[in-house]
Amino acid sequence: MGNNSVTSPPKSSVKLHINGEQKELQLAPWTSLLDALREHLNLTGTKKGCDHGQCGACTVLVDGKRINSCLTLAVMQQDKEITTIEGLAKDGELHPVQQAFIDHDAFQCGYCTPGQICSVIGLVNEGKAKSLDDIRDLMSGNVCRCGAYVNIVKVVQEALERSESK
Amino acid sequence: MRSFTYNKADDVAAAVQEVSANQEAKFIAGGTNLLDLMKIDVMKPRHLIDITHLALKTIEETEDGGLRLGALATNADTAYNEQVEKRYPLLSHAILAGATGQLRNMATDGGNLLQRTRCYYFYDTDTPCNKREPGSGCSAIKGYNRDLAILGTSEYCIATHPSDMAVALAALEAKIRVTGPDGDRVIPIAEFHRLPGDTPHIDSNLQPNEIITAIDLPAKGFANHYTYMKLRDRASYAFALVSVAAALEMDGDTIKEARIALGGVAHKPWRLPAAEAMLSDQKATKENFRMVAEAYLEGAKGYGHNDFKIELAKRAVVRALQQALEMEVKS
Repeated sequence: MGNNSVTSPPKSSVKLHINGEQKELQLAPWTSLLDALREHLNLTGTKKGCDHGQCGACTVLVDGKRINSCLTLAVMQQDKEITTIEGLAKDGELHPVQQAFIDHDAFQCGYCTPGQICSVIGLVNEGKAKSLDDIRDLMSGNVCRCGAYVNIVKVVQEALERSESK
Repeated sequence: MRSFTYNKADDVAAAVQEVSANQEAKFIAGGTNLLDLMKIDVMKPRHLIDITHLALKTIEETEDGGLRLGALATNADTAYNEQVEKRYPLLSHAILAGATGQLRNMATDGGNLLQRTRCYYFYDTDTPCNKREPGSGCSAIKGYNRDLAILGTSEYCIATHPSDMAVALAALEAKIRVTGPDGDRVIPIAEFHRLPGDTPHIDSNLQPNEIITAIDLPAKGFANHYTYMKLRDRASYAFALVSVAAALEMDGDTIKEARIALGGVAHKPWRLPAAEAMLSDQKATKENFRMVAEAYLEGAKGYGHNDFKIELAKRAVVRALQQALEMEVKS
C-alpha cells in the first residue's frame, strides 16, 4: 500500500457572474457548471437528473440562452451572465413563467420544474415556437416523469402570448 | 470524471501548436458530446484546450456566392440564421431535427461533425468495442443492433454516424476548412468521414493536430425542392433509424439534378452521385424514385435486429423525393 491520501486536485480561480452577483470560486477544471452551482454556491434549485444532457433538469440561462449546465465546465462560463431558478423572481414577485406554473398546476413532484421554467424562458427568447407541435418539439429537452406535459404546454402558450403582446 | 488540465486558446495557431505538442490533448467547444463521454470513461483526454474564444463564430457570404459557417457557430445560431433559413432550408431543417433546444444552443457546427457514434456498445465500457478499444472485438454484430448500420459496414464495426447536420451537408456538397501545423486544407464532406474498415476507432480524416475552422456551403442551396425526413422511435429528441436529405432541381416536370444523402444507415452520410445521376433529365415519377432507392441500398446488409432498415430506407428515399417534389415553391 502506498500513501493513504491521494494528491488533492489542482484548483484555479473561476469567476462566475450568477443572478447579478460576481462569485469567485476555487475549482478543479472538471467541475461542471451544475456542480459549481449546487456544491460550491449552494444554489440547489438547479437539479441534477441524468447528468448527461438528456433530462433537462439542470437547464439554466447563459446570456439569455437555455443550456444544460451538466454538460459544460464552470471554467468555460466565465464572463457570461448566468441565470438560475433562484435569480428569476424580482422584488419579491415571481417571474411570470414561475407564476404560470402555479396557475396552470404544471407540476406534480417538482423535480423537473426549475429546468422546465428556465427552458420556457429560453424558448420564448428564441421566438421560434409558432404552433402546439413546435412547443412540444422545442420542449423535448425537458423530461417530466410525473407527466405534467399537458399543463406545461399551457404555460408555454401563455408565455408566448405575453411576449407577443409586449 | 478523470482529472485533466485545462487551457484557453487565444488564436487558431496557438490552439494547433498546443494540440500538436500533446498527444493526450483534445479541443473542447460545446462539450455536449465530449464531456458526456468523459463522464462514462469512454474518452479520456488528459488535457483540454478550450477553443470557444477563437474568432470562428461568424456566418458570412463567400466570394463565390456561397455561405461560410464558422466552426464555432452554434447549431442553433446556424439553423436560425436568416441566410441559412432562406437559402439552405434543408440544412436548417436537418439541424433542428437533432438534439434539443438546450443542446443546439451549446453544440457547435465543427463539433457536430466530430460527434462519436451512439452505438450502445461504444457507450458500455463493460463490453468489447473496436471503436472504443481497438482489437477488442465488436459486440454489436451478433448483439442487439436495431439502430446500427446496413451499408459500408465491416467485420470490425457496424456503428452509424449520428449527425443530422452532416447528412444535409453531404447532400449540399459542403467543404470543410481545416488548419494544421502544415497550414490550411479543404476536405470535401464526402471525404471527411470514413468507413470503419479495420480502423473503426478513426471516425474522420481530420488529423489529431488539425482544427476545423469553417464549413463552406456552395452557392446552390436547393431551396425550392428539398426535404429532410427523419424516421425515429419518437417524434423529437431521438437519433435516426433512417434519415434522408433530398433535394431536387426541376425544369417543369423533368428533374435537372437530384441530391440524396442518407443518415442512420452507415458510418458516414451515405451519398451515391452515380445513383443520383440516374434521375437527371428523367421524369419525376414514383417508379424512377424507386429505381434510385434500389440503387442506393444495393449491397445493404442487415444484422438481424436492423434488417427492417433496408426496406425502410428505400421507402424513405421514395417518400422524401416525393415530398421535395411536391413542396410549394416559394417565389
